[in-house]
Amino acid sequence: MARLWGWVVGFGRFWYDFIIGDDWTVAAAVLIGLIVTGILNANHVVSWWLMPIVVVVITGVSVQRTSAGR
Amino acid sequence: MVTIVVGVGATRGWRSTIIGAVSGFGVLAVIVVVLGAALSQIPIGPLRLVVGFLLLVFGLQWFRKGITRVAARGLAGMPGEDPHETAEQWTGPGIDWTAWLLAFKGVLLEGLEVAFIVVSFGAGANNYGVAIIGGASAIVIFLGIGFSIHRSVRRIPRSFLQLIVGTLLTTFGTFWSAEGLGVEWPASDGTIVALLLLNVAAAVTYITLLRRRAPRLREAA
Repeated sequence: MARLWGWVVGFGRFWYDFIIGDDWTVAAAVLIGLIVTGILNANHVVSWWLMPIVVVVITGVSVQRTSAGR
Repeated sequence: MVTIVVGVGATRGWRSTIIGAVSGFGVLAVIVVVLGAALSQIPIGPLRLVVGFLLLVFGLQWFRKGITRVAARGLAGMPGEDPHETAEQWTGPGIDWTAWLLAFKGVLLEGLEVAFIVVSFGAGANNYGVAIIGGASAIVIFLGIGFSIHRSVRRIPRSFLQLIVGTLLTTFGTFWSAEGLGVEWPASDGTIVALLLLNVAAAVTYITLLRRRAPRLREAA
């Protein structure tokens, strides 16, 4: 049982590190960006421009925060 | 496919990356053999969305770290001199699941796209033999290219390599995730080049800005 629990914890930690990493705001921004893109696209609004902007902006914000916070 | 596998292999280690790539080919082969011409009925949109999202969020981690480290150390670090050289290398026992997953997804998704093209062309021209030979040849050629450049890739400083791979994963992740939602890119697949140039420009801009604050940056990196 302990081994199974350890495997479950390890599995969850792997996905947390893979998706969230060291800055949860980046994953959140990507998720929100994709949701908004999907909504715009479903309403026939041109939305290809949104994700590239989200990527560039959240990268700058995160890099700035990392360098300024230490 | 090749860029992802070679980049991840050089950065994280080859063993788990190759196992992931082989696993991807294995699953791909099973899907192609079992479904055959019915392959074109698989909804690839959700697959693109999930794979694109995962590549994007993980790629952004390496993209950000690469920017910070290259800003701190420049491109001067050579293998053996860079303290971050082994920071991303898997040193634990067993499989490095991060490398495995990245290689597996890259091979499976792009392999499926090749298989879709083969099925579409085969059905359109009513000649599956030529289409299958064409698709298999393309995969063999790309594998050969990957094998021939992997030694050169190993000579690139790890920090810079991390930035390159992060940029590529971010670019492909952005493209696939949006395409999976049904977004139509202005230049179709050609948009990947534009996204790549945008991300490279962003990286250069952020590196330039960060280098102006070099003393604090050395601690942050």
